[in-house]
Amino acid sequence: MGNTSSMLTQYDIEEVQQHCNNAFSQQEIVSLYERFCQLDRNGGGFVSGEEFLSVPEFAVNPLSQRLLRMLDGLNFKEFVAFLSAFSPRATVQQKIEFIFKVYDSDGNGKVTFNDMLDVLHDLTGQFISEQQREVDLILEMPLFTDCKQVLTKVLEEAGYNKESLLVMSDFVKILGSSGLKMEVEVPVD
Amino acid sequence: MSSGKGGELIPSSSELDLDRPNIEDYLPSGSSIHEPLGKLRLCDLLDISPTLTEAAGAIVDDSFTRCFKSNPPEPWNWNVYLFPLWCCGVVIRYLILFPVRVIVLTVGWIIFLSCFIPVHLLLKGHDKLQKNMERALVELICSFFVASWTGVINYHGPRPSMRPKQVFVANHTSMIDFIILEQMSSFAVIMQKHPGWVGLLQSTILESVGCIWFNRTEAKDRETVTKKLREHSQGVDNNPLLIFPEGTCVNNQYSVMFKKGAFELGCTICPIAIKYNKIFVDAFWNSRKQSFTMHLLQLMTSWAVVCDVWYLEPQNLRPDETPIEFAERVRDIISVRAGLKKVPWDGYLKYSRPSPKHREQKQQSFAESVLRRLEEN
Repeated sequence: MGNTSSMLTQYDIEEVQQHCNNAFSQQEIVSLYERFCQLDRNGGGFVSGEEFLSVPEFAVNPLSQRLLRMLDGLNFKEFVAFLSAFSPRATVQQKIEFIFKVYDSDGNGKVTFNDMLDVLHDLTGQFISEQQREVDLILEMPLFTDCKQVLTKVLEEAGYNKESLLVMSDFVKILGSSGLKMEVEVPVD
Repeated sequence: MSSGKGGELIPSSSELDLDRPNIEDYLPSGSSIHEPLGKLRLCDLLDISPTLTEAAGAIVDDSFTRCFKSNPPEPWNWNVYLFPLWCCGVVIRYLILFPVRVIVLTVGWIIFLSCFIPVHLLLKGHDKLQKNMERALVELICSFFVASWTGVINYHGPRPSMRPKQVFVANHTSMIDFIILEQMSSFAVIMQKHPGWVGLLQSTILESVGCIWFNRTEAKDRETVTKKLREHSQGVDNNPLLIFPEGTCVNNQYSVMFKKGAFELGCTICPIAIKYNKIFVDAFWNSRKQSFTMHLLQLMTSWAVVCDVWYLEPQNLRPDETPIEFAERVRDIISVRAGLKKVPWDGYLKYSRPSPKHREQKQQSFAESVLRRLEEN
């Protein structure tokens, strides 16, 4: 991998910094570029899904497939913009916008019941399945073992229903007050 | 294990289950997805930030890739005074040292082959004599190899004795680990079968010290190899086995998880720790970036290969220990001695994907906390 920062000029760094709204410092951008080159093993200028999945910590994450859809084919500038929501300098608004984008897979600005159900399925796997009620042998009480039921119940308690289409402002209302912590530290040599 | 379409290994989940001690012990403590805090609300279900943070953290930096990163040394020759000095160094290394070393190595090979071939062919009847002579000759050629990189090796600790039911394990940085250890005492090593001239050496010369071959890509290989290991370790007259339980070369700053195979043989384990001094040369063989030939050439054009080898106290399986715990304990001993950081990953993840068990564990704990909170009022 050699001396990669020589391939990234000062002009490039500033352009990337502007594109991500100054979410990262110049040093962090250089580190991210080294990391990007490390992941982009075939040197195609973007990191493919396979290359991301070769990081075991990423591959075991329940939301990896969803994120791959957003990450696939991004060049370095877009890669940094993607990660900007995780910068300590990012606002809560930006973080909620990122979460919204993860849910809104078709990108039409509206999150449907099915979108939320899909994410819930990703997070719980087979452990809350679409089956009849079962008795939990450990807790010894009847369970709702259906994702749909769980989601419907919780939505209705919050004042929505199955037909509701949530938009960005709804997400801000729901998540804005819960003290969102979503930060990642970029290692700088 | 079953083979996938591309010939890659798809481990059955039960197998990797056994292979993996508590991975949660190693992951950062903020990694529990949800702490139960009263009734489940919509914001709790929609807030996927912990999972996203973990994913982004893995994208930005992960402990597995760090194990295989060759860190180039800081360039020190950027100064107008130091640069000419560095140039002189290059001239000396490539034009003086390298030819001398090539000559030394060639002489060594000539001596070795002219003794080995006759011994191998003529002494067929006298097994014990033949074995001893072949062992001595292999030790000799390894010494020549080490001399050809100007190897300065400090051995610490009592030299291992040849006793039956004894297996040696060491951390793995490059194939030269074997050469360095073989120089001092004869081992039978278990190695991946390589193509090219290395493979030729493996099948001819190394056979004489009793080496065992495995093939990572073959599905049924693991059982055959375990059987061979067991047979070899029980044999009285065989060379002691040397095993690199990491299964792959790591960059001498980290250690990946030890495979339990060596620790299930019912033998005493003698740990060996190897640490290379990076000031002289980075001895990590990054097999994805370099062929072994290039790696050797790189070593032969450096100043020296300086390393420390520690023979550590032999360990036995304790009555209340599983082989995996035993492997982890020995890994701890070796990592502490050689100053390596431990990571909870299986070295074979270089070649295959992690088992779905890891993801399922996370999903299960999240599902349980959701269901539990749902019942609270």
